Amino acid sequence: MSAPAAVLELRGVSKRFPGAQALDRVDFELAAGEVHALLGENGAGKSTLIKLLTGVYPADGGEILLDGRPIRPSGPAEALALGISPVYQEVNLLANLSVAHNLYLGREPRRFGGIRWRQLNTDATRLLARFGLDLDVRRSLGSFPIAVQQLVAIARGVDCSARVLVLDEPTASLDAAEVKMLFGVVAELRRSGTAIVFVTHFLDQVYAISDRITVLRNGARVGTWDAAALARPALVAAMLGRELEAVEQARSVHAAGSRQLPVLRVSDLAADNGLASASFAIDAGETLGLAGLLGAGRTELCETLFGLARQTGGAIAFRDREQRVASPAAAMRLRFALCPEDRKASGIIGPLSIRENIVIALQVRRGWWRRLPESEQARLAGEAIRRLGIVCPDAETPVEALSGGNQQRAILARWLCTEPCLLVLDEPTRGIDVGAHAAIIALIRELCSRGLAVIVASSEIEELVAVSDRVLVLREGRGIATIEGPAVTEPAIFRAIAEAS
Amino acid sequence: MRSLLQHRGFWPLAALAVILLANLALSPEFFALEFRDGRLYGSLVDVVNRAAPVALLAIGMSLVIATGGVDLSVGAVIAIAGAVAANLLVGGVDAVPLVVLLALLTGLMAGLVNGGLVGLLGIQPIVATLVLMVAGRGIAQLINAGQIVTFRHEGFADLGVGSVLALPTPVAILLVTLVLVQLLVRGTALGLFIEAVGFNPRASRHVGIRVGAVKVAVYAISGLCAALAGIVVTADIQGADANNAGLWLELDAILAVVIGGASLAGGRFSLWLSVVGALVIQALATTLVIGGVPPTFNLLIKSLVIVAVLLLQSAPFRRQLAALATGRR
Repeated sequence: MSAPAAVLELRGVSKRFPGAQALDRVDFELAAGEVHALLGENGAGKSTLIKLLTGVYPADGGEILLDGRPIRPSGPAEALALGISPVYQEVNLLANLSVAHNLYLGREPRRFGGIRWRQLNTDATRLLARFGLDLDVRRSLGSFPIAVQQLVAIARGVDCSARVLVLDEPTASLDAAEVKMLFGVVAELRRSGTAIVFVTHFLDQVYAISDRITVLRNGARVGTWDAAALARPALVAAMLGRELEAVEQARSVHAAGSRQLPVLRVSDLAADNGLASASFAIDAGETLGLAGLLGAGRTELCETLFGLARQTGGAIAFRDREQRVASPAAAMRLRFALCPEDRKASGIIGPLSIRENIVIALQVRRGWWRRLPESEQARLAGEAIRRLGIVCPDAETPVEALSGGNQQRAILARWLCTEPCLLVLDEPTRGIDVGAHAAIIALIRELCSRGLAVIVASSEIEELVAVSDRVLVLREGRGIATIEGPAVTEPAIFRAIAEAS
Repeated sequence: MRSLLQHRGFWPLAALAVILLANLALSPEFFALEFRDGRLYGSLVDVVNRAAPVALLAIGMSLVIATGGVDLSVGAVIAIAGAVAANLLVGGVDAVPLVVLLALLTGLMAGLVNGGLVGLLGIQPIVATLVLMVAGRGIAQLINAGQIVTFRHEGFADLGVGSVLALPTPVAILLVTLVLVQLLVRGTALGLFIEAVGFNPRASRHVGIRVGAVKVAVYAISGLCAALAGIVVTADIQGADANNAGLWLELDAILAVVIGGASLAGGRFSLWLSVVGALVIQALATTLVIGGVPPTFNLLIKSLVIVAVLLLQSAPFRRQLAALATGRR
């Protein structure tokens, strides 16, 4: 593309935190009407750079130029006033207020000191219509799906006359249709001359929408390229600093496994969480993938297997004996394990140490009165940290201090301690950078080869193809297709999902 | 030095030390201990002795607060347990162990009611225990038939005024309870489960912890601790006053836990720091008496000192204070 004048320019910006150089003399340039993807692994410096832009931290060195004039935003409010507007993955709005009120929070149309609600609602409806959203703006924001909340946040950001829109992992919790809707909005904004910084870890999305790509690694800029000129393997290599075979590795041939009785046979399983009917069988050493759009019932199936929903129909047969899995405790007695989708809310117990987070499931299985001796806990934690390569200062660090990938490893370690027969992984790589992603996929394969039955639910079809022996495609809570063996390919899965809908 | 300052026990202990030293300045014989008639005497012993009921409550309260709950009914449970004990004694029951056992059972039942409401029915702790906080005084009045029931029974009174191994009996009861509950929660995994439930009940459920059962357990322990406090209070005054026994002590107990550094949002707890918190409250009350402060100022001064202690524990406040100090230099 032609190079219009930069709206925003960072020159040699540095930021140091105690013990770490978060950014080291980074240059970054953002033109009007471009979508500029900012990529890098966790810890590369993306968030720090965004926080400098949005005034959360001051920079230690270098300068930030807006329209060629140096700025030093001293806080998010000042950055906002300058026209730099961030939209975060987690929606920072007030769920209990109406959509309309959220859109105009702090700048409500007023008369005689009172808020003019009717005008507020009309304005809000009109604003959202520009984004192709038609909804009752008087309903509370929290009553809408995350995707809608995200779009509301963007609408708010744009309407505050944003010249620079910073999208920080905006698509992490959106499904394909919602991503498309979001990208429609982004494309529209680009046309109208807004400069957009786009942070994500979905490489597909980078190529779908970005004009230029800047890659950070270990706080330094690796380079900036036109998106069209940078091939995918080259991008991954730039991010990781090495060729990562695992990412592009062809699907390995899985061990056939001994064809005896399936470990787990599920027929017409239904539950009160929306799961309508799912059937599958899985044997030791096999991996079953669960595919489907958001809301198709992947998570619901995982939760039902783990006793987190009330079973209302069908049967779960484990080792040929029918079982009712009424609670997680009951599931754990059968040696089932679940790494939940929402790692923060349902997985880690943040302020507890890594050690405590790792041993807690095993401790629950032993019963509360038979405490694992301190030395045994330390041994288990140390071993897990080594084996899974959890990067941490020591086992007593609170688990919430770890990066997403390491938290996920800690939860995996928690379940591996209990020597499970069936491991259910719901979105095991969500929000995790490329390196950790590949490591976790390699780990799933290894576990499988040691005779574990693994169920992986994922919205990333590529990932399912990489690990699954068999894929169950779900839609509206029902299993609608099973793809097996060599037929497990991306096109086949896409076709199954598409045919169904 | 830095790690010492950041240790969670530092500020409660420092507050206690400062208050005790202030007492020493006010009355030089404050730290003096005397051994007479097989028993220790002295102001320090008095402080611990008089703090015992609140400290007992604080032990149970620590666990309840660690699960993210609160038990407002402990003051009322003191009244109920006291009424049960006093009426049994007046009714001619002579065996002290039996009286103690029945009073404890009463407390256990009260705790199970609270635990059931919170852990099984999912009612907000503050509401659930408010029920028994109000109803409990009524129950105690019914047991006492509207009177203040007094008794004469040396064996039982010893639990309040006697001594064991040179220590006042309430102090001995406090120490034994502290050790036993500590063993119960830290010798097993109960303490870990309590903290897990307090930090993240959802994730706790996902690892198979029966969250409801853990909550029932902590309220039951709190009920038992309250009954013990009730026994001590009743034995001390040799009578049961349904209206005034243990009045507002639930608030002191909550305060003791908070001074001990626990968060009301749940999570980490330390039983012995909660006991230190109870000592801080009592030591402060003693100081005001020794200092000859007019009683009308007592409540105000108490609140101010406590606000100061709590502020000093808050890391953001200390940072601001440090910034102010360095800025001035």
